[in-house]
This record gives sequence, C-alpha cells and structure tokens, in this order.
Amino acid sequence: MLDHDIVVVGGGPAGMAAAAAAYDAGVKDVVILDREEENGGILRQCIHNGFGLHKLGRELTGPEYAAVYKQKIEERGIKTYNLTMVTDISADRVVTACRRDGIIKIRAKAVILAMGCRERSRGALNIPGTRPAGVYSAGTAQKLVNCEGYMVGKRVVILGSGDIGLIMARRMSLQGAKVEAVCEIMPYSGGLTRNIVQCLEDYNIPLYLSTTVAKIHGERRVEGVTVARVDENRKPIKKTERYIPCDTLLLSCGLIPENELTRTAGIPISPVTGGAIVDEHRQTEIAGIFACGNVLQVHDLVDYVSDEAEIAGAGAAEFVKNGSLAAANLQTLPGNGVRYVLPQRVSSEAKEDISLYLRVTQPFGRVCFTVKSGDEVLSTAVRLKAAPGEMEKLNIKSEKLKTAKEPITVSLEELK
Amino acid sequence: MKRNLTCIICPRGCTLTVETEGDKVSVSGNSCPKGAVYGIEETTRPTRTVTSVVRVSNREDTMVSVKTAEPVPKENIFDVMALIKKASVKAPIHIGDKILVDVCGTDIVATKDVL
Repeated sequence: MLDHDIVVVGGGPAGMAAAAAAYDAGVKDVVILDREEENGGILRQCIHNGFGLHKLGRELTGPEYAAVYKQKIEERGIKTYNLTMVTDISADRVVTACRRDGIIKIRAKAVILAMGCRERSRGALNIPGTRPAGVYSAGTAQKLVNCEGYMVGKRVVILGSGDIGLIMARRMSLQGAKVEAVCEIMPYSGGLTRNIVQCLEDYNIPLYLSTTVAKIHGERRVEGVTVARVDENRKPIKKTERYIPCDTLLLSCGLIPENELTRTAGIPISPVTGGAIVDEHRQTEIAGIFACGNVLQVHDLVDYVSDEAEIAGAGAAEFVKNGSLAAANLQTLPGNGVRYVLPQRVSSEAKEDISLYLRVTQPFGRVCFTVKSGDEVLSTAVRLKAAPGEMEKLNIKSEKLKTAKEPITVSLEELK
Repeated sequence: MKRNLTCIICPRGCTLTVETEGDKVSVSGNSCPKGAVYGIEETTRPTRTVTSVVRVSNREDTMVSVKTAEPVPKENIFDVMALIKKASVKAPIHIGDKILVDVCGTDIVATKDVL
C-alpha cells in the first residue's frame, strides 16, 4: 500500500489542472494516474484550434493547450503514473490500479475524479440495419485520422451535430472525403454556432435538422444509409425516407460521463448531468472525493473544464489541510427554462463568490436569468441568446449567500 | 449590401450585421472590438487557420499535428492541405518547429512534441 495526499484519477485537461491547483494550494504530495502512455486525454486527438481563448487569452490547438498544462505538471514535479488503469475506488479513498508490473493500491487523503466521458455507441442508439464495417463514433474516427494517420472513409454521413461531429465533418472534407450530410434528430444543433459556420458552411456540407438515420445498409462495408425526418416524438416518418449512398457513418450522438468507478464507490450520481452530485468545491456526497471536467458534466469548452478542475483541486487541498469542508447546506435547483444547475449544493458560509454553471432546456433569444432564494434575488444576468449547447455561468456574491436559507433556484425569462 | 454573419472569433458566436457601401464596411451586433475586425475581414478577405497532421517518417504509426502559423485566405485552404498531405518529417520535433515554410504566405508549424 502506497500513501499520497491527493490522487487524481485521469491525466486529461481536468486532471492536470486539478493536480496543479492542489499543489499551488499547498498540498505538494499529489499524483496523477492515467491509462494512456502520456497525459493530455482527449486533447491529444483534438488537433483543431479554438482552445484557450477564455482561459489563456490566446487561440491554441488541443495538443498545444494540453502542452501548457503538461508543463505546469512538470514544473511542479507532480508524478504521473501512466499506462495505469484505475479499477476501483473505495469510499474510504483507497485507489486500486492495474499496471504492467502488477496491481498497486494507494491510500489517499483526498481523491479527484477526472475520468472524462465516452461517446454514445451505435448499440446504445439502436439504429436498425446490418452490421457492416464503416460505422464509427466520431471520436474514434478522429483518433484514427489524427493520431494514427488512418483515413476511415471516402463518402461520409454524420449522425448528430454535436461539436465532435461538426469538427469531423470539416476534418474528413480537408482529407479529401465527401461529406454527404450531417443529420440531427433535434430541431436545433447541439454544437457551437461557430462550428456550424466554420465546419459546415465553409465546406458546403448540408445540415438536416429533425432528421435521423433510420437504417444502415451494406454487408461487409457500409453501402448507404436511409435517412428520414422525425415527428415530434423523434420517430422516423416513413414517407420522408430517402437513401444516401456512402461508405462511412460517423456517430456524434452525445457524450456520457465515465462514472463506473464513481458508482462502485457508492457516490450518488445526478440523473440529469450523468455526473456526481457536488458542492461548490466539487466535493461529491462522499467526503474527500471530488470530481471535475467531463466526468462531472459534459462541457463544450476546455477552458471551463480547467476552471472547474482548479476549483476541485483547491477544494481537495483544503480538505487535506483541514480534514473537512464547510457543510453545503443550500440546494440549487433548476427553474423555468433551465435543465440543470451545478454545483447542486452550496454553503452559505462560502468564503468566495460562487459561479453557478447551467444549461437551458431549448434555444432562446434574449433572456434574463434570475437566481433566487425564497423571495430574495441573489443575482440576475441578461444574455443575448441562450442555447442548450452553450453552458452558461452566473456569479453569486458570497455575502448574498450568508442570509440565504431556502433552496436557490435559477430560472430564465425570455425578453422581447 | 447587408449581410448577416456569425462571428467565429470566440464560442459566444455573436450575430453580426455587416453593411457594405462602396468601400465603406460597417459592422453591428458585435460584443467586442475583435468582432468588428472579423466582420470586415470576413466580408473583404476571409481567412482560416488550417490544422492537420503530417506523418513522422522515423517513428512507427506516428503523426505530428500541425497548423498554419497565421490564418490563410479561405480560397487557399485546399492548396495548403495538398502540400501538408505530401509532407513528411523526422522526429525529434518540438512545438512551434517549422514543418513547411512559405505556404500561401505563412509557415506550417508543429503543434505537439514528438521526441
């Protein structure tokens, strides 16, 4: 059994930022466990640019953004166990991991979960048809093309207009493939507006909304797909079916926080975010276990992942130093137009101002967000527009929380 | 002439209205000065940063990610890609190393280390 103050599970953007923040908050004995041969997580395959505008004030590609944090880890001498797969985390913070040289167990004073997320698969989507080669999740295709230099197809249909799907539409076009269509089952895209512009419009790729893949055709290899418009219950409408010949289908149909370890530890999970229920330090319902990044909630921007991870890192360091954190006595609840609010609990004794992160239920024009506790308004904010694909952030002053007693509700009102 | 654009400078994605009258271009709907510059550039001379990968010839199954050091004119994207596709490079490579020089007015630089 090894002993470390803080064990970070996952060496992606969340894990690296959390480890550096914990170190900077005064806990020097921090280690990262990561299953890949090097840190960086999903950023290693995200070779496109657009990262870091908020956090670092400059536009970087994914590998460059990862390099900034890799350097922070190196400068601080934080040890990473690579090629190390965590297989179990217990509620009393013993982390078990599998390595080539055997199994290691680490007893930690605090654990930070930063395992990221994975893509929804064809099986989970239940797409009818045959089972030929040529059906990939968009992220798998991204890894094959960008890291291994293996082109996955020549004539492509993409199901799902999340950011990875849009990025891959452009990537496949740049590599010489013809992207026939991007189909989105919802009446709006789940991706960032800028990605629709620079990934689809730039390359004249059509986006079909309220449309899904109703059937996959082909024996050995994909030969085509049947697409159809969907009704209000998202069921394909038979008479709108049409056949698109293609050799590849990419799926970009949502990301699922990878919380198997979290569940085994007995940590309560929110059915809405798919991640742990946390307080303002990103501490889960089990004391001393924290979570951040895409394992906690799926983010659109790595910049916000880094922010969230720094909160978790600092929280874990405080926990190690004091043995506990102030009880988070106030619940936060989504109100009108809001799908979820994170953190789900905050402390009225919070020493610093708190940011609430949230997603709205559907696209809106100009909106006013109101944060209330009972009848007391804690904060308001106006946004020119709001969409489910773009996470919102609202700030609350710590002095406003001191007098708050009832649950905190966040709701929105659409303005004319 | 009036044209609606979505600003792609940052993830906020402001809806810009760009009005062109002869040589005069005016932008509204932007939330920051960068948006105004983007609106004018996008109407008069649209550019994009191109990112891709180049094969590392002395490492098995290894690619190095690259980008154009500066954005290139939109109509040159596929010219840039044609050159990138033909290129190969030898490790060690460091972030910022020039992989190709003078491509459509800029250089192609590495965005990761391959040691």
